[in-house]
Amino acid sequence: MNEELRRIWKSFFDWVMGNGPRPENEVIPPEPPPDLPFTRKPKDKYSRFHEATLKERYNQWLEIHGLHLFSVLYAGLSVLTCIVIVSLLLATVAELPPFGHERNPANNEVIRRYVEHGGHETGAQNIVAGLILDYRAFDTFGESAVLFTAAVSVLMLLGASRRNRAESELQPHTYEIGRNFLQRGPPSLGHHVFRRDDTILHSVANLSIPVILMMGCVVVINGHLSPGGGFSGGAILSTALILAANAYGFERVHEFFNERTFIISSSTALMIYALSKGYSFFTGANHIHSIIPKGTIGNILSGGLILPLNLCVGLIVAGTLYGFYALFSEGDM
Amino acid sequence: MLEKLLLNHYEAAAVILSGIGLTNLLLQRNLIKKIIGLNIMDTAVYLFLAAKGYVEGRAAPILIADGSGGWLRSSALYVNPVPAGLVLTGIVVSVSVTAFALALTLKLYESYGTLNIDEALMKMTQEQEELEARIDDAEEEVLSS
Amino acid sequence: MINMFAYNIPFASIFLMMIAAIITPLIPNRNRLPEKLSCLMIATVGILSAYLLYSLTNSGQSLNFNFSMGHFPAPWGNELRAGPLEAVLSLVFCTAMLLSLTGNLSSTAEDIAPKRRNIFCVLVNLLTASLLALTYTNDLFTAYVFIEINTIAACSIVAVKESPETVRAALRYLIMSLVGSGLVMIAICLLYDLTGHLLMQNMHNAIQVLVATKSYMMPLTVSLALITAGLAIKSALYPFASWLPDAHGSSTNASSAILSGLVLKGHIFTIIKIFYRVFGLDVIHLLRMDTVIFILGLTAMIMGSVHALRQKNVKRMIAWSSVAQVGYIFLGVGLNTTAGIAAACLHIIVHACVKPMLFTAAGGLSNAAGHKKGLHALMGTFYVNKWAGLGLIAGAFSMMGIPGFAGFASKLSLTLASFDHATVVWALSALAASSVLNALYYVPAVIVVLTHNKDAQKNFTAHAPTLSYKISMFVFLALNFYLGLFCVPLLRLITRGVNVL
Repeated sequence: MNEELRRIWKSFFDWVMGNGPRPENEVIPPEPPPDLPFTRKPKDKYSRFHEATLKERYNQWLEIHGLHLFSVLYAGLSVLTCIVIVSLLLATVAELPPFGHERNPANNEVIRRYVEHGGHETGAQNIVAGLILDYRAFDTFGESAVLFTAAVSVLMLLGASRRNRAESELQPHTYEIGRNFLQRGPPSLGHHVFRRDDTILHSVANLSIPVILMMGCVVVINGHLSPGGGFSGGAILSTALILAANAYGFERVHEFFNERTFIISSSTALMIYALSKGYSFFTGANHIHSIIPKGTIGNILSGGLILPLNLCVGLIVAGTLYGFYALFSEGDM
Repeated sequence: MLEKLLLNHYEAAAVILSGIGLTNLLLQRNLIKKIIGLNIMDTAVYLFLAAKGYVEGRAAPILIADGSGGWLRSSALYVNPVPAGLVLTGIVVSVSVTAFALALTLKLYESYGTLNIDEALMKMTQEQEELEARIDDAEEEVLSS
Repeated sequence: MINMFAYNIPFASIFLMMIAAIITPLIPNRNRLPEKLSCLMIATVGILSAYLLYSLTNSGQSLNFNFSMGHFPAPWGNELRAGPLEAVLSLVFCTAMLLSLTGNLSSTAEDIAPKRRNIFCVLVNLLTASLLALTYTNDLFTAYVFIEINTIAACSIVAVKESPETVRAALRYLIMSLVGSGLVMIAICLLYDLTGHLLMQNMHNAIQVLVATKSYMMPLTVSLALITAGLAIKSALYPFASWLPDAHGSSTNASSAILSGLVLKGHIFTIIKIFYRVFGLDVIHLLRMDTVIFILGLTAMIMGSVHALRQKNVKRMIAWSSVAQVGYIFLGVGLNTTAGIAAACLHIIVHACVKPMLFTAAGGLSNAAGHKKGLHALMGTFYVNKWAGLGLIAGAFSMMGIPGFAGFASKLSLTLASFDHATVVWALSALAASSVLNALYYVPAVIVVLTHNKDAQKNFTAHAPTLSYKISMFVFLALNFYLGLFCVPLLRLITRGVNVL
């Protein structure tokens, strides 16, 4: 019985270890003697001494097992840190103001003004749009700048360098180390193979791209009236571009939207954003009357600067998201 | 404490999620998984903020017409709009950071052929040692001649 | 009341840098036009900050003012706040940024591919804008957004020099920074939930009420701990500083100078603002955060120097020395008194002037030694590039705290600030030990550079330092001596600034 159990356990163990069932007549080679840390056969380096010092043996042992030891230690510490952080935060959450209660500290006079006067002070029906593009517009400007920074950085990393890797213009001393990897060439990343004759993709793209574009424009233009706005609308617009690139090939999209147009359009849009918002900040802080009309709440042409700002943001987001896709999949745009 | 956690269950879930994200960000050796961990953490923050903005029985913060040409403006009708704005900013920041991190990861993979940052370090040290050994050899040759 | 022009300077400086960043991709990338535009804009903003400082100190009683961004007053709209301290810091940031750029023009041209040079300028402009915004902002969420701009731009200027090493360093830097931003974001959400405000002043009032009624103390402590930990990771406080030497040691000289001298300081100043303006010093003391910061600062002062001792690469040595210097600043913050924070701010200024000089000098010296960065390869390079040699010597003396150099002034003010504190023995012994350790690695570097080495000098590439290098180094040296010899009025100004922070 005991024998049977042991056999089952052994086959289960083998299965777990990925060895599969073993043949009955398998000859198991004798296991080599275990490598104990301090009885390791000395390397050539130490062979001239019969006895390596304890410190050398320790170093040798560390050389072999150090990385493993380090990673185990690291993993243990990380798990411990995370458990500590989660339990601390859970204890914190238990103390927080109750969920959904109207007397919470966050529902204060700030919110009251946003809701009660937001309509006629910003001209926007969508209070969130009025909040992010008028009351707290500086944050949102910073946020567009974050997107711009990332776009510029990704373009720098993936754009020019990957295209012209062969004709690198770098001085030799700039990378002594790691040059061998570059010379060996990167492991194959795999490239898209566009099947121009894919009828299903073509017809679906033909049908849906106009709809997606229209949807994106509606979301952008109605940003101050309904949920949505420049960021979400821009994301929708970029999906249309990505679909077009996949259906008709990147070359077709590059004919009207390439790196140059991308840089020009996003810089110009961000510039318009900066200048118009700069005007509004300047007049607001210096108590000068702003010439921008607020319009009637609920109309398309209302909300002061919110509509043009949404258009600018939509342009930036659409371009940037498509740019990310093109750069990551093609290394070019 | 458990009752309070159940009362704040959205926040509790958000906190556990962010813990999972942080674990991934710190623990995973694979950079892509690290970046996924970062995204989990960001998502947890959005869940937390969305839960914080909610007020029992109130509508989304988009003005409702009162039927006679005006708008219902009572603050007792709408939820808190500020967290929505913060979430929007957070999403954009997260997209930008993710794209940048992925681009750097791609460059790392092109240079070292690995997605593991420690392995990359090891390969670099090896290269460096080889290089130093080569320099030493060259110097010895120069000296002997 | 200050005049209309000065009132608009904080807003104008942030927007000028932003517009410079946005317009740079559109202008032609030749004849160094992007670099010229960046330098021009940074210089303009520096002059504007100097004027702001002048008119603030001559304006009578009110030393500071709030600037509302838009038509809506404080708790509803975003706000900037400027006082003498903010003006001094933005002046110093602009000066150090400009000198780091002009001093390293030739090495930048060698390290960065021509196609990337205009993007480098975009990133530098964005970095300056984000530093100015972090300096002036009075809103916690704005601070978060600009911290993110700062992070991406800082990692990019590491990776802008194209080599596998910098990509790896930038990734490590980015991952650590993202952990930090995540913690900061969670902390801001918690604080918003507890106080219902994002503006620092209003948050402060709400927190005072919470503390007085002893409600929500646990979430308050946790959010303070998270925000401090997040920003400490970004400002390379010791246990979290493992990313710094890679990033600062491998990037191009201009990037190293900017990162070490300025980017860390932006985050540290944000911590100071959060401590002083959001929580208030008594709440920080009540929540015991001052002790934690003090101990971490002490550890960083010692451990940063110990690590620096073991480095063979001169840039990595200077980078580890930054970790020690960040420890000094946190020591001042951890004293949790106005004098301590003023001393910390003085050290921020001193370090922002000295560390870029050291990196520029080290770059010039290793350039003279044929692009070798090992400490021993620099033997005798003083006689090839005297300006760089002088810069290294002055910077080293300043870091050691020799009287007459900039570092002495800030160390002296830290010492004086720690006298009326309970932990004076610890602070003084750590200051003494750290100064000795600094000397242990800076003195050998100076000796190596000054040793005559006939054989090696023949092999050196005869790189005469360019005019811009000489001028930048001269201004750096002048600043160093000015800070070392005439820091008393500056310290008085900073103390006034801290009082109205």
